Amino acid sequence: MNHWIIAPVILPALLAPLIAFVMRHDIVLARAASSVGTLALLAISVGLAIMAANGSVHVYYLGNWPAPFGIVLVLDRLSALMVLLTALLAAIVLFHAIATGWDNRGNHFHALFQFQLMGICGAFLTGDAFNLFVFFEVLLIASYGLMVHAGGKVRLQAGLQYVVMNLVGSTLFLFALGTLYASTGTLNIADLIVKVQESSPGDDGLIRVAAMLLLIVFGVKAALVPLHFWLPATYANAPAPVAALFAIMTKVGAYAIIRIHGMAFGPENPATGSLISDWLFVLALVTTAVGAIGVLGARRLGSLLSYAVIGSMGTLLLAVSVFDPYAMTTALYYLVHSTFAAAALFLLADLIIARRGNDWLGVQPATVQNGLFAALFFAGAIAMAGMPPLSGFLGKLMILDALRSPELIGWAWTAILLGSLLTILGFAQAGSGLFWKSTASPVSDPGKTAAASGDQAKTDTDSLPATALAIAPSMMALCLLVVLTVMAGPVTTYLEATSAQLHDRSSYVDAVLNGNTREAK
Amino acid sequence: MELLVASAVGALTAGGVYLILRLRAFAVILGLALLSYAVNIFLFSTGRLAVGKPPVLDGYTVSDFAAYTDPLPQALVLTAIVISFGMTAVLVMFALGAYLEAGDDKVDMDGPDQPDRQIAATTPQDPESDGITFSFAPKERDA
Repeated sequence: MNHWIIAPVILPALLAPLIAFVMRHDIVLARAASSVGTLALLAISVGLAIMAANGSVHVYYLGNWPAPFGIVLVLDRLSALMVLLTALLAAIVLFHAIATGWDNRGNHFHALFQFQLMGICGAFLTGDAFNLFVFFEVLLIASYGLMVHAGGKVRLQAGLQYVVMNLVGSTLFLFALGTLYASTGTLNIADLIVKVQESSPGDDGLIRVAAMLLLIVFGVKAALVPLHFWLPATYANAPAPVAALFAIMTKVGAYAIIRIHGMAFGPENPATGSLISDWLFVLALVTTAVGAIGVLGARRLGSLLSYAVIGSMGTLLLAVSVFDPYAMTTALYYLVHSTFAAAALFLLADLIIARRGNDWLGVQPATVQNGLFAALFFAGAIAMAGMPPLSGFLGKLMILDALRSPELIGWAWTAILLGSLLTILGFAQAGSGLFWKSTASPVSDPGKTAAASGDQAKTDTDSLPATALAIAPSMMALCLLVVLTVMAGPVTTYLEATSAQLHDRSSYVDAVLNGNTREAK
Repeated sequence: MELLVASAVGALTAGGVYLILRLRAFAVILGLALLSYAVNIFLFSTGRLAVGKPPVLDGYTVSDFAAYTDPLPQALVLTAIVISFGMTAVLVMFALGAYLEAGDDKVDMDGPDQPDRQIAATTPQDPESDGITFSFAPKERDA
């Protein structure tokens, strides 16, 4: 048993209380501890990814209880990939939060940040459905705190809405788990795969109910229409680094669908059949459309990006809904891409909004560094909308290729291609309003504008040019997209192996229940 | 017994859903509390209903499984109770904070792009007036 598997959960769990209790009055100390912790998490997750790369399924038995009875953590290629993605994103977001001083605008940013990482890593590593619920609660309760970081009337209202939405989601999750336990007698995911396969026809109805309830719960997290309505208000009003970190939160929903529905309730399963696949496909189509229309109709930068996230989740879930190995490969590639694209845009938006003073997309006098921000926004928009040469294009191309079967092609291609067109239009409109038309007005002196507005808080830092440190995190996210594009070949090979492992259920079950850690093909 | 438990779950869920749909903070909190009671009873019944049977095994020799009740749902309920208790506390704090800041206890808010007509009225120099913009100023903490 390799104890490193639990390290991504333990490390933030130990660090967070330490920061909250010992370092709460010393922001420098808290920053240092949080940075060191996040970098250590990154190092651990690289190690785990290397460990998982040979294709074996590593199982960690908590308390050394045998598998279906105790809780297990499972490290396979997919978990390792998601933890690595989380750690990379966390490092970038933390860098931004420190460089722009966001972490100092309220209390306990770093403690909550570490708790959030603990919940996310735990959700990716766990092999037990009830433990997944517990880690969901951990990441949610931390996200509630982060969401209202720095306070403010609208942010608190949006936070309240977000909390209520997710509490209802948690209650539904419990109903789903109860139904699942009542019909199969287990909550261990590996055991679930076996029990659902062997279920008697009399239990099929209950299993279908549980699968649909779980789809609703994960749909709330993944912003699947019609459960997406909390997202624009939340992301647009959350502090920018938090919104960027939330880019991984929608992916937690997608991951849970891939893990639980992909492995236990897939189309080859007699109890559920194509039920999940059909619903997910239709809902993902609508999600893609709603996201694209939202991007086109957005009047604020925050909601523009939020709807772009919704649209990308739609595209991602379209590929997931097929539940076949190649489509899963493309979905995972797009998942990695859209995480960094959304994070880059949210971080960039923070810098832009800080200088404009508000986030309406209308024409305003140009701010300092207009050209630089325009170029970065252009790059981010290209990535998000899926235009060449960045990874969004490759991702969408592969998804289109995966959705080529005759019964899917009409709907899926129409939704993705039209959606991309509308997204491009929306971003072009927003970009020209933000940067291009604004240069037509005379460039005002930052000091004077701020003084005239009478907003004392803005005079000092916010109207000044962004420092290289403040711009670096969004640049890093964009650079990762470039790396993802250039290294598309090796990355896709790894993701193909990931997806093959995901569809090789018997070796997963064997590893968890019998402790046979053998190397997969 | 089954009828009693089932109707209790049903009544609590119906009440909870109704209260949540009122979209006022206090009603929503009560509704979520009712829903969590409903789900606790529901979880409890997933191990099958058994009256007067212990959830602990008497030694390792098990002769009659019908003499025991499934302990796992009880553990799940305990976890769920603790989590929902904590979450309710958090929710109350959020609701209080939002109520004190905003002056009303509406749970739903206007879409992020609302209200359109205020765009014209809101000059860039006065972004705070519509209360929809990001608040970048450090929040003065009024004790």
